[in-house]
Amino acid sequence: MTTAASPGQTDKTARGEKSPRPARVSALRRSWEKHWYAWAMVTPVAVVIAVLVLYPLGYGIYQSLTDANESNVASTIGAFHRPATYRFVGLDNYWHVLSGADSDFYPRLVWTILWTVSCVALQVGLGMGLAVLLNREMRLRGFYRAMLILPWAVPSFIGVFAWRLMLNSQYGVFNEIITAFGLPEQNWLGTPMAQKIAVIMVNVWIGIPFNMVAVLGGLQSIPKELYEAAEMDGASPWQRFVNVTLPGLRPVTNTVILLGCIWTFNMFNVIYLLLGNNTTGDTDILVTFAFRKAFTGISDYAGAATYGIIILALLMAFSTFYRRSTLKSEQA
Amino acid sequence: MRRGISIAAAVTVIALSATACGGSDDNASSKPKDPKDVSGTITYWDTSDAANEAPAYKALISEFEAKYPKIKVNYQNVPFTDVEQKFKSAAKSGKGAPDVVRTDVGLMAEYASLGYIAPLDGTAALKDTSDFNTGPMNTAKYNGKTYGVPSVTDTLALLYNKDLLKKAGISKPPATWDEFIADSKTIKKKTGAYGTYLNPDAYFLLPLLYSNGADMAQPSEKKITISDAAAVKALTTAKQINDEASMKVDFANAYQNMQTAFKNGKVAMLVQGPWSVGDDLTGKAFKGKESNLGYAPVPAGEGGKAQAPTGGHNLAVYQGSGNLDASYLFTQFMTSTKSQVTIAEKTGTLPTRKSAYTDKVTSDAKIAGFKPILEQTARPRVALPQVGSLFTPLAQNYVKILQGDTSVKSGLDATAKEFQKLLPGYSIG
Repeated sequence: MTTAASPGQTDKTARGEKSPRPARVSALRRSWEKHWYAWAMVTPVAVVIAVLVLYPLGYGIYQSLTDANESNVASTIGAFHRPATYRFVGLDNYWHVLSGADSDFYPRLVWTILWTVSCVALQVGLGMGLAVLLNREMRLRGFYRAMLILPWAVPSFIGVFAWRLMLNSQYGVFNEIITAFGLPEQNWLGTPMAQKIAVIMVNVWIGIPFNMVAVLGGLQSIPKELYEAAEMDGASPWQRFVNVTLPGLRPVTNTVILLGCIWTFNMFNVIYLLLGNNTTGDTDILVTFAFRKAFTGISDYAGAATYGIIILALLMAFSTFYRRSTLKSEQA
Repeated sequence: MRRGISIAAAVTVIALSATACGGSDDNASSKPKDPKDVSGTITYWDTSDAANEAPAYKALISEFEAKYPKIKVNYQNVPFTDVEQKFKSAAKSGKGAPDVVRTDVGLMAEYASLGYIAPLDGTAALKDTSDFNTGPMNTAKYNGKTYGVPSVTDTLALLYNKDLLKKAGISKPPATWDEFIADSKTIKKKTGAYGTYLNPDAYFLLPLLYSNGADMAQPSEKKITISDAAAVKALTTAKQINDEASMKVDFANAYQNMQTAFKNGKVAMLVQGPWSVGDDLTGKAFKGKESNLGYAPVPAGEGGKAQAPTGGHNLAVYQGSGNLDASYLFTQFMTSTKSQVTIAEKTGTLPTRKSAYTDKVTSDAKIAGFKPILEQTARPRVALPQVGSLFTPLAQNYVKILQGDTSVKSGLDATAKEFQKLLPGYSIG
């Protein structure tokens, strides 16, 4: 390029002056000729994504701009006909939710963030601790690893129901154990505060194995030489952990934290199944709240769609900023 | 793909409406169409208990198929808790929807208003309607039309452990809520068992509301009444029961725990329905001594009247059924006196036809116990399509009131505000 700089430049400017279009078109054509098979390979996936993701998403956005619910959308069932009577309301739904007028959104959002941060911090922290413990030679290592992966192997709803039985304040095993030691019975799921602690505990239990396995993989990819060199330099175990292990794990932990945040933000099973229906509503996170809007009584399509789109927007904004900041720190 | 679906949908709609028109023409010209000529396959969604009750229903279906050899019935058992959402999504899309569905009476207004179930007046499904008890029959009506045929009925009553009451020196079950609380304290003092276990589910709050003259809303006047003085009185009593009469409520496991406590003799009295009796009889307080279980109407409130909601199940026919004639015949067969007697004898549920209360049916202690209670205290719930949605804010604020997070009045005011979002055009008062 450097040797043929001037002719190349004149050529480019000359073509640019005429019109930039043909250049782009010919570039496109060249890329089509060269890569047509790639486009052909991608087409089925693109079509499937369009049908399964983009169409419902677009429809959801549309519904969030209306006041549609189960009793005013068009319906024809046998001899029954009902014309659509819902209206386009623009951004009213969003304004209603985001201005705090529905008095539900901000309390739910605060609890959702608290829930996500505490779950992910504990999951990653404890997962990393266990991974470091299990990354050494010891007897029965395979057995420990297998046992620690168990919560992951159990379908989450079964795990959650088992916890619900154990946390039962009258017939649960936890209260039997602590009363055997002479301690007072606890109402584990009795108040919103207790319920919040319980759901975080159960979700951490469910999430640890994934984090542990991911971090174990990361640990094994850190070159042994780095530890040897650090040891030679007289670094203490803690210094080795902070200066070798943590930076070496960064690619893994960054991804694990991102995934953990997205999953936990939308973790439906634990909250819905552990607490049942006799709650004050204070323990609902955004997704379980949206679910109740859509699936109790006459479905509120517009309200649930609005919440769905807001949740999506929040997660997209979070992922973008998170990726950007981690990329920056990885480059630094 | 989408277009394929919509073309298919259009074709089915046209075909369905064509056959529907054809069908009604046929009916009009030759009204007494011979039921023996009806043929085809229909799907029936049953919500009865899969282990204990379903065999009785399946046996009846075999009888139906023997009687109408040209009709085949595809039986599917759908858990009671899932059926609402499952039926609604199937009914909306028309894919996989049943022809006949066993429907909780509380869902009738919602299904009917959304056009999912067909009006049955003048069809073969409704036969000898004067034989039905008025309570269950009223649950099948919405806006003056009949959308279901009552199959089984129930209500809430006061179930009690006779031994425990006797031990506490109480000669008859409490007739008012005040007596209920006082008796509970006596029972606790004399026997060590708790008086009751309060179920924090909003449905179980209804007897307290009704017996104090309160209700969730008043559709005729377009009024939300959940925060009026009568409702405040009812909820104050509920809170008092929770604080003074009940075993400590475990909110996440309330239903299971109250059953376990009652059937094992740790709790003396429960507000419960007939469906729970089978479970009660497996516990050590009642096993082998069924006569220890007493039945009384729910206690009365301020005004001195005792009332509880009418529950139970109706059979409803899906509006979009491809075989309405067979569905009507099936509904008629399953709700006939003979079928109701069979169901009552085999499952112990209460029939909705007067003629089905035969001597053999009423020899069952539970049916005999609940029959007079149904006649005395059962009343219909408010027939609003939104009633399912109304229960959520009521339940949440009820729990807050019981846990002491909010006062009775402010909890009910918050409930009324939520109701107003769900009931446009209603005023609070």
